[in-house]
Amino acid sequence: MTYDPVLYSRMLTELTFAFHIIFATVGVGIPIMIAFAEWSGIKRNDPYYLLLARRWARGFVITVAVGVVTGTAIGLQLSLLWPSFMRVAGQAIALPLFMETFAFFFEAIFLGIYLYTWDRFRKPITHFLLSIPVMLGSSASAFFITTVNAFMNTPQGFKLNNGSITDIKPLIAMFNPATPTKVAHVLSSAYMTSAFVLAAIAGAALLKKRESLYHRKALKLTMIAALIFSITTALIGDLSGKFLAKYQPEKLAAAEWHFETARQVPLVLGGILTEDHKIKYGLKIPFALSILAHDNPNSEVKGLNETPVAERPPLIVHYYFDSMVTIGIFLTVLSMASVWMVYKLKSVQYPSWLLKLIVLSGPLAIIGIELGWIYAEVGRQPWILRGYMKTVHGATTSTHVDLMLLLFCILYVAIGLTLVKVLRKMFKNSDVQEELKSRGIEGGPAQ
Amino acid sequence: MSLELVGITVLWIFLYGYLIVASIDFGAGFFSYYSVITMKKHIIHKIIERYLSPVWEVTNVFLVFFYIGMVGFFPETARYYGTALLVPGSVAIILLAIRGAYYAFSNYGSKDNKWYMLLYGATGLLIPATLSTVLTISEGGIIVEQNGMILLDWSKLLGSPYTWSVILLSLVSVLYISSMFLSFYAYRAKDYLAFGILRGYALFWSGPTILASLLVFFAINQQNPEHFRNMLNLGWMFGASFLCFLVAVYLLWKKIKLGLSFILVLLQFAFAFFGYGKAHLPYILFPYISIHENFTNQAMGTALVIAFIAGLVILIPSLFLLMRLFLFDADYVQGKFIKKGD
Repeated sequence: MTYDPVLYSRMLTELTFAFHIIFATVGVGIPIMIAFAEWSGIKRNDPYYLLLARRWARGFVITVAVGVVTGTAIGLQLSLLWPSFMRVAGQAIALPLFMETFAFFFEAIFLGIYLYTWDRFRKPITHFLLSIPVMLGSSASAFFITTVNAFMNTPQGFKLNNGSITDIKPLIAMFNPATPTKVAHVLSSAYMTSAFVLAAIAGAALLKKRESLYHRKALKLTMIAALIFSITTALIGDLSGKFLAKYQPEKLAAAEWHFETARQVPLVLGGILTEDHKIKYGLKIPFALSILAHDNPNSEVKGLNETPVAERPPLIVHYYFDSMVTIGIFLTVLSMASVWMVYKLKSVQYPSWLLKLIVLSGPLAIIGIELGWIYAEVGRQPWILRGYMKTVHGATTSTHVDLMLLLFCILYVAIGLTLVKVLRKMFKNSDVQEELKSRGIEGGPAQ
Repeated sequence: MSLELVGITVLWIFLYGYLIVASIDFGAGFFSYYSVITMKKHIIHKIIERYLSPVWEVTNVFLVFFYIGMVGFFPETARYYGTALLVPGSVAIILLAIRGAYYAFSNYGSKDNKWYMLLYGATGLLIPATLSTVLTISEGGIIVEQNGMILLDWSKLLGSPYTWSVILLSLVSVLYISSMFLSFYAYRAKDYLAFGILRGYALFWSGPTILASLLVFFAINQQNPEHFRNMLNLGWMFGASFLCFLVAVYLLWKKIKLGLSFILVLLQFAFAFFGYGKAHLPYILFPYISIHENFTNQAMGTALVIAFIAGLVILIPSLFLLMRLFLFDADYVQGKFIKKGD
């Protein structure tokens, strides 16, 4: 492969982002789940939920550390790999970037306090209250950084003439058309993914120890949360489709291989595309794309032919989009079934096929997040700032990007492998049953 | 005060904050590892862990805050520093990532893994060395712009005596600041065994620190004479810095007023750091980026300053709470909550 700084810059950014997004997602969602467990524990005076919160928090710290370092990496890499883009972004969108670090700061302070004050206050509710700033901080930083990404999709609030920017309005840039749906979808899907990841852990434990009351409670709590957040994510996903139809029709059209502008357009799942843009073997759902785009089966949806060839996103995004949606639907159905079973099988063991699907749901949710981001990002190619700056013009001209790509690959593999090893060891060494006994919970109040 | 001066002052304060908290953190990592290989872990490790665990994440934010603020207030820095620093910047990121991740792995996961501690301790000394080279670059002559291409002149960077004296200063001052703080912390914890060891480290590293400072002072003259002349005009600040150093070390030597002693260490570095920074103005990168010509547009500048003030209103009480719970709470410092919690 010949040396091309733009290609390598894209690969390195993708690599860092793909790795970071796992930890960023659980970093936003798990605090909510921990608070949910602690609150249930205090309200019902149930020590099981309190222990759940503690054990989640203990594992959470380690993922936070990886989230912090990869987040620092992506922040610095933006300037190192995309200096020309950052010059523009620095003028137009520095405000949310700056506010994101404030939110991160706020979260970092209270996370430190929260983790080290479990037994310091007379009233347990005081400790619970400390989780509120942690949740606010992590969700606020997701909010601010997502507005930056939204800006790249629908830039506004500035003028660009021959490389110099004028007429900047920071708040207009921040609250651009993509902001509401993007932020809502990112937050909701992060909460949903975290619920499924924690449910998968409980599911795996239940497969081994069928009677464990602790893990049954964990599964109940996580599945209720997963159901709520899957539904909100699906509803917001629908709104995102309508947003795309209006503001980024080429992204939606590429995802659906929809070339000719038409009415009553079907939605196509899977399939392959022939040379002359015909779809083979796909599953057609009549009117669905028109409904997704405008809530009306008869509405007109813009096709990809309206976009100049040089400005079209790659057509492979169809598969990313389809897989993301399929995973989303599967997880929603699974959480419905699980919640129903939880209430039906109050004292009976859960069937193992259900537990196996639940174990699968955690990794699937993460794959869904990755696919969604790849679709969102690759879907706006060839632009780095849609309509203003092409990706090729934003990249560094520096040599050695290929070498850096290799170094970061090694780094992430090493960190990833050690993380798995450490987390496994941590929970193997402290068995739930023993901890329940040592804290005098087992045999204590259970419902 | 003009908006650009507010901007650079804010950033410089955050960089100073990073210098202090990161030095404590980096040095603590080194001492932690050193205590393992010298079989003194049982004496000083607990003190270090008790301080670091709740604050390590905050330390990182100071750095992030600084560079995001830099790009925000002075977007041109992204183009020059961003393009030229790809390799040293990436190396710094990798070191920071290894350090942060392995800190968590060794403190929350595998507590007795020597390899994790080695990675965490060793990178702690490499990071300040890597980051401090940016100070040399900012003096000019190392980033050059030719035919619209921005290049980093490696031979000039590594051939400059100033580079090496700054690296030396960063290394020894990390160990000095850290051991001065940890001595104070151990004394408050009434852990006199740990105090004895840490006090030894602090006294040991005080000499090299002041020698390296002098070396840097004169090396600037060679690198950028204009900057050196500006510094001489602010000579009183460097004098005050030296005085603070003398009193701080004297107090530790006599084992009295250790809180005051550490405050004097803070002042020692504050005087030197702000004196250096003020003399550097108006240039952020000599001679390409000056704070006046390359300040962001007025609308963004104003928005950032407002956001900054609003942010401080939330941050200062929160930081105060953090310090009250973990720095000024006698019971916590002495380890009374540790066993009951996690």
